[in-house]
Amino acid sequence: MTKIAFVRKKEIPPSAPPITTVGLIGWLRQNLFSSWLNSILTVLSVYFIVIMLWDFIPWAYGGHWNTKSLRECLDLDPDVACFSVLTARWKQLLFGLYPAEEYWRPTLTFIFLLLAIVPILFPKFFRFFWFSIIYPGLAVWLLWGGSFWSISIVYIGLTLGALFFLTLIRRYLKNYMIAAILASLFTAVFFFLISNPLVGFLNAILPISLPFVESLKMGGFTLSLIVGVTGIVASFPIGILLALGRQSNLPVIKMICVGFIEFIRGVPLITLLFVASVLLNYFLPPGTNFDIVLRVVIMVTLFSAAYMAEVIRGGLAGLPLGQHEASASLGLTYWQSQRLIIMPQALKISIPGIVNTFIGLFKDTTLVSIISLRDPVGLASTIRADQKWNGIYWELYVAIGLMFFIFCWGMSQYSQYLERKLKTDK
Amino acid sequence: MKKLFLGVLTALALAAGGTFAGTLDDVKARGNLLCGVSTGAPGFATVDDSGKDVGFDVDYCRALAAAIFGDPMAVKFVGLTSAVRFTALAAGEVDILARNTTWTYSRDTDLKQTFLGVNYYDGQGFMVKKELGVKSTTELDGATVCIQVGTTTELNLADYFKENGMSYEPVPTADNAESQQQYLAGACDTYTTDASALHGTRVNLENPDDHLVLPEIISKEPLGPLVRHGDDNWADIGRWVLNALVIAEEKGITKDNIDSWKDTKDAEIHRLLGTGDDDILAMVGLPKNAMYNAIKAGGNYGEIFENNLGATSGINIERGVNASWTKGGILYSPPFR
Repeated sequence: MTKIAFVRKKEIPPSAPPITTVGLIGWLRQNLFSSWLNSILTVLSVYFIVIMLWDFIPWAYGGHWNTKSLRECLDLDPDVACFSVLTARWKQLLFGLYPAEEYWRPTLTFIFLLLAIVPILFPKFFRFFWFSIIYPGLAVWLLWGGSFWSISIVYIGLTLGALFFLTLIRRYLKNYMIAAILASLFTAVFFFLISNPLVGFLNAILPISLPFVESLKMGGFTLSLIVGVTGIVASFPIGILLALGRQSNLPVIKMICVGFIEFIRGVPLITLLFVASVLLNYFLPPGTNFDIVLRVVIMVTLFSAAYMAEVIRGGLAGLPLGQHEASASLGLTYWQSQRLIIMPQALKISIPGIVNTFIGLFKDTTLVSIISLRDPVGLASTIRADQKWNGIYWELYVAIGLMFFIFCWGMSQYSQYLERKLKTDK
Repeated sequence: MKKLFLGVLTALALAAGGTFAGTLDDVKARGNLLCGVSTGAPGFATVDDSGKDVGFDVDYCRALAAAIFGDPMAVKFVGLTSAVRFTALAAGEVDILARNTTWTYSRDTDLKQTFLGVNYYDGQGFMVKKELGVKSTTELDGATVCIQVGTTTELNLADYFKENGMSYEPVPTADNAESQQQYLAGACDTYTTDASALHGTRVNLENPDDHLVLPEIISKEPLGPLVRHGDDNWADIGRWVLNALVIAEEKGITKDNIDSWKDTKDAEIHRLLGTGDDDILAMVGLPKNAMYNAIKAGGNYGEIFENNLGATSGINIERGVNASWTKGGILYSPPFR
């Protein structure tokens, strides 16, 4: 009988993993030095990052913040940043030439903007969507000022029109088309005949108004946000309609949509901006005051709507045909199937492309400086034309770049969050 | 093609302009003057730290507004880039363009504009580092030159070097800002643009004394305000406000002493300030004391120059040719009678 010399009574405790696969060294090996090519790239990247920061950090960290002019900065220490220009001009970079005593208005508009987009971005706050609806009017009134009633009359008119439409449908008519036409007529009559006297009357009994600020005074980040946010919000629905129109079976609608998209995509944005700033004036009757910011917003919106349409068409094309057929077989109408089956899936696929277009649009707003609007980039050259700051470049551009980065990075983070949340095909 | 396009635009503008009442009436009805200025040209137009419009061109428009309304603040400044300035004027977005614009033949005729005179005689100059040892542009043979592409300065540069049998190597840049950066980085031996801009730039370099603006001016860049063709009375008003500022300097009338000329024997001063019996300003539809108000707004030409371009401004441009003819310059106003 063989004698059992040794029986292990308990398990050997697991030995520590090799030092090259855990901890800092493991992480480095896995992520930075996993192959000789990666190692070279890592070393090169570190080298470039270090030489950049080597100059940048002392330059930025030691920067002057409180001198009165560039000359003073240079006399103190020419090798560090002269951020004093930001101390002197940060208000202009944010608000343009907006009157200083009215700064609270763009500030409040911005805070309301954050509140208004919450219900759109996060479904659990959807019950506050009413605020997102009244926000555009509120923002226009806060930014440009004037009588409160001349803005709210738009809402009153549209609400009355909608109520009129609903009443017709519920009580008297079954035909949506005729009801819609009648409701449009009703709204038109309201705006052309009733709204002006009504505004006058409301102004007389309860005058609420803010000092008027003209578009010439708009500038800085306020202007970038006005153009960018309006463009983003308005181009999205227009883009969806264009994408659907392009796939439509009705030849006229299809032709119009294709023509529009191809035309807009065929010309550079700056050309459209020149049309808005220069050419439109020739075709409008003299003395027409068609607000320059409005003109620019319309052009930017149309431009990005065309791109949006193509992005969304990409999403639509990515859906299997079976989805259309399945929804049709359930007896859903065209709009029902778009709303319930097609669009939710198509938009989900298109999220990266949509956000890409949004970010591109937001950064493209700096092009308006070429047609004389004082966006942050335009303001930078205005600021440099002041002899006190003549010759200052990096400080201004670093600051402007940083502000744009914050917004664009925010948008990109939200899109990633949305993608994770909607990821159903794990 | 471009010409044709501009031609069509101008024709349209004129057709539209035909329906205008006089510009002066429009301005009066509106209650303020719309003055097109640069979005940023050192010394000529910018906004200061508090957001107020300041500059040489700005002060001219304030004088014009003061002449019309008696109030130098009754003017709205519309910042215009060089790309849109002429169309903005032609389309009636501004009443007058005072945007350091060079008076040239084709701008005067083909673009259908009326230049009102010259408020600043600029010209293209060169900046070099002193260590280069160059004292004159004639020594620049073989130099690398930072030059803004697509400007008249680029053409002038080519002409000048060709005329003088010299060669150069261009380093193209997009704007003055880039020229300056390239020059400082050593990409070029010299950089060239309007002399007024060179002076403004030099003062704010790290060591201004290491750099030199060469004395030669190789081109004529007479800058001045302009208006649309088609309203001669309006052009006359703008021209004579500018002349009044020049005459005021010639006669020694300043912002501060303007009230002390009531007893002068000089009839021209009485006509100018409206202190005499004749009311010759009624001929263009301005109040009798219009020029008094214009001079009172920002001072005479010399004071405006000093505040915006001269020593007070920190840009330190010498008067040079921009001095009155009585002081060796070429500023010469026709008589005010």
